[in-house]
Amino acid sequence: MFDFISDYDDPTLLGAFWMTVKLTVFSGVGALVWGTLLAAMRVSPVPLMRGFGTAYVNIVRNTPLTVIIVFTSLGLADIFGMTMGAPDDFALQGFRLAVLGLAAYTAAFVCEALRSGINTVPVGQAEAARAIGLNFSQVLGLIVLPQAFRSVIGPLANVLIALTKNTTVAAAIGVAEAALLMKEMIENEAQTLLIGAVFAFGFVVLTLPTGLFLGWLSKRLAVKR
Amino acid sequence: MTSVLYDAPGPRAKRRNVIFSVVFVALLGLALWWVYRTMDDKGQLEWSLWKPFTESQAWTTYLLPGLGNTLKAAALAMIIALPLGAVLGIARLSDHRWVRVPAGVVVEFFRAIPVLLLMLFANEVYVRSTDISSDDRPLYAVVTGLVLYNASVLAEIVRAGILSLPRGQSEAGYAIGLRKGQTMKNILLPQAVTAMLPAIVSQLVVIVKDTALGGVLLNFTELLNARGTLAANYANVIPSFIVVALIFILLNFLLTSFASWLEARLRRSKRGTGAVLGADEVDDLNAAEVGDTHKAGGGGPA
Repeated sequence: MFDFISDYDDPTLLGAFWMTVKLTVFSGVGALVWGTLLAAMRVSPVPLMRGFGTAYVNIVRNTPLTVIIVFTSLGLADIFGMTMGAPDDFALQGFRLAVLGLAAYTAAFVCEALRSGINTVPVGQAEAARAIGLNFSQVLGLIVLPQAFRSVIGPLANVLIALTKNTTVAAAIGVAEAALLMKEMIENEAQTLLIGAVFAFGFVVLTLPTGLFLGWLSKRLAVKR
Repeated sequence: MTSVLYDAPGPRAKRRNVIFSVVFVALLGLALWWVYRTMDDKGQLEWSLWKPFTESQAWTTYLLPGLGNTLKAAALAMIIALPLGAVLGIARLSDHRWVRVPAGVVVEFFRAIPVLLLMLFANEVYVRSTDISSDDRPLYAVVTGLVLYNASVLAEIVRAGILSLPRGQSEAGYAIGLRKGQTMKNILLPQAVTAMLPAIVSQLVVIVKDTALGGVLLNFTELLNARGTLAANYANVIPSFIVVALIFILLNFLLTSFASWLEARLRRSKRGTGAVLGADEVDDLNAAEVGDTHKAGGGGPA
């Protein structure tokens, strides 16, 4: 009944899901770093940086991820010759391009989540921090962001889960992850329903524990006020 | 305009802000200049590549039909998913376990699966077990995928909308002797629908964006797919990407702005309970159930 799984050896079913996990982890880290920077820009005292952050978030949030991912391949790689340090290895190049696109897209959502977290920090905290003479980056880095991060673990978990699901878009540029393998399998095998169920199960296994763990963590780490 | 994080700038801070601005502009300018140089080097700025967009043919043959299909799929998905989502959302609030649990399972299942998998699966099912013509099939598959996913998201919006109403609303309903169904129909739903409107409009943005998935993987001739044919014809990959992205951004920006305008208006209005489900609050629903710290606004007591 499950013969179709062993018929595919490159990538294997596990290999494809492992690619999905790798895409999620790498672009998740990238998005977290870039999103935090964007959030810092959006609340900074320099109007130009605020403008840039706002423009970035509004533009990227309203662009389909598919457009971004396909652009990294057809635009950045083919036209601009961006090889992402892997000029000959197209699989690796596709992977890195997908990570770049996913991180650039997800960062906008990380930024928005963080910004809403910054708003939950009571005014008095920042006032007290400024009263003892901390400057903007100290107030943000030592007082506000640590509390903001703890209060937005829930929303960030949702961003991460959405990212896990969004990695399937990398199939559009031929990255050998779960969606691409499922497309290949259901086209070649007769057991559409079974294959669909296997892949659905795979994603439930990936997203459910993430949601439960981060939900538990957000409850534990929440700043009690 | 001053923020919590910094004081109104004094002379030194003003000077520092100017320096930061100058450095930032320089960096940004450098990046833009680099993009410009690369585009120029690759010949992407030549007028012949951009000229098609000033003529009607590129629009009438490629972009407008593509945009039409995008909007068609999005509208169909929305119209079908909305009642389905309402039913699922209300079923999830049912007092009967045998209604509540299956509805919950369906909603959580389809929310956990990527839309793309749902589309691919639907497409294959249509190939194998129906005789929908291969011209229509991509549209059907895209709409099916979008409906399954968004119905479950909308179900959560409906549930959140009803839960966002003050408890007194339903208590008052029961107090004057209404039954559960009547309370839901006459008291809770009308208010919940108003509260949900901004969230529903912003869900449309997600649907519009997701139609692009069908273009690449199911060969549905929506806007992104139309871009491919256009670029194959005029050999203008970068310009066509820029134009198509602009159309998407403009369309979605209008929807986003409409949603936040609606939200602000509803929050302002004196009528109603003041419960408004904002554009960003739906994703937070699960988090809000576990610990509602991030919504605390100013951070009041408890």
